[in-house]
Amino acid sequence: MPPLTSTSALTAETRHAVSIVLNGTPRTGHAHPRLLLSDFLRHELGAHGTRVGCEHGVCGACTVRIEGVAQRACLTLAVQADGRRIDTVEGLAQANGGRMTALQEAFRRHHALQCGFCTAGILMSLTDYLDRNPKPTEEELRDMLSGHLCRCTGYAGIVRAVMEVTGQTMKEVAHV
Amino acid sequence: MKPASFDYLRPATVADALAALAAGGDDARVIAGGQSLMPMLNMRLVQPRLLIDLGRLEELRTLRVEDGWLSVGAAVTQAEVLARRTLAQEVPLLAAALPWVGHFQTRNRGTLCGSVAHADPSAETPLCLVATGGEVVLRNLRRRRTVAAADFFLGPLTTVKAADEIVECIRFPLARPGSGHAFREQSMRHGDFAIAACAATVDGERASLAVGGVADRPTTRSWPLVAGGLPPDLDDALNAFAWDLGGDDDQHATARYRRDLVRRIGRTVLEEALSCRR
Repeated sequence: MPPLTSTSALTAETRHAVSIVLNGTPRTGHAHPRLLLSDFLRHELGAHGTRVGCEHGVCGACTVRIEGVAQRACLTLAVQADGRRIDTVEGLAQANGGRMTALQEAFRRHHALQCGFCTAGILMSLTDYLDRNPKPTEEELRDMLSGHLCRCTGYAGIVRAVMEVTGQTMKEVAHV
Repeated sequence: MKPASFDYLRPATVADALAALAAGGDDARVIAGGQSLMPMLNMRLVQPRLLIDLGRLEELRTLRVEDGWLSVGAAVTQAEVLARRTLAQEVPLLAAALPWVGHFQTRNRGTLCGSVAHADPSAETPLCLVATGGEVVLRNLRRRRTVAAADFFLGPLTTVKAADEIVECIRFPLARPGSGHAFREQSMRHGDFAIAACAATVDGERASLAVGGVADRPTTRSWPLVAGGLPPDLDDALNAFAWDLGGDDDQHATARYRRDLVRRIGRTVLEEALSCRR
């Protein structure tokens, strides 16, 4: 995070330069103060992997990692993200030699998505969450997933995929 | 759902923020984590002319024990407090309640002070602050004042905080040895707004129950222990408390269901608090 040395005031009518490190690459765009980070990523930087659903923090589709921490891009202003490292779903395979990560592969194997609208957000939450809690119980995992709405899968495939990728036996999720 | 236009200020110091807030008057709002304010901005329920961002102020990133209190600064997130290893010893009620606050993803950004300033009647942090006998430290350009949590909340989204003040920090008293604490709530889905939330404390010779989500603000009632146990007429006492809270029907639940939750969850958490005294 860059040190803050002076007060900066941004006027409503002006588009201000906003610089972020998007998936490891420095990028600069322009934003009115009211522009949401989710719209900045999609409309200004053309990073369309991040989805926009409810725009009030409930559905989880827009979840990205800000300085590594999973947060709602729709509840963050683009100007608040200035100077920060932002990781989105596009960066997962990029950082893995262009191949899908083990988690993404497990999602495909276990039918952890159907329409895919919620998937980008869930993957970004999981990459942060599993860094902090590498072997979650099914209960812990479902608690974390309650921050995402998926209307296709009933979450069963998502739980199976995570259990597999964290090296846990399927017995634990046999009843789902 | 996009916010209306506003000027945005990222102050370098708290003093700069307070000066801007004093000049901006009712048209200025402060934001820290924004997990309550951003949805309201997106839905245009609030349309400030000036947004003052406290999120990067190191002065407000304080989380420490001082003089028997756990002090939580305005820029400290719910996730940071939850990750504090000693929290369960210091403020066990808060340790029990924080996992119920929003979701993993919103706790990563949302602040405790923001929730207190927002004053949603069903929010867990204001409930814990009232239940533990905590304090709110308010600061404007000229002075700092401390308000007991019980006097801070006036009703839904309404507090004694003046337009030129920020919630600089909140302070929870450290749990006393021999006290017991328990928290539970009922909501449509885990992480949704509580239909009823109950926080119980057993300390010395008294048992107390604080309830959120039913009345227009967190509300506490306490009873003396009888022969070291809960009062024999607790069911009647909880029933009277449930009626006195005066909950309303809304789209989530009927008033009758809320009273039932207060009676049932109230008894459960009081029994838990009694049995987990240390």
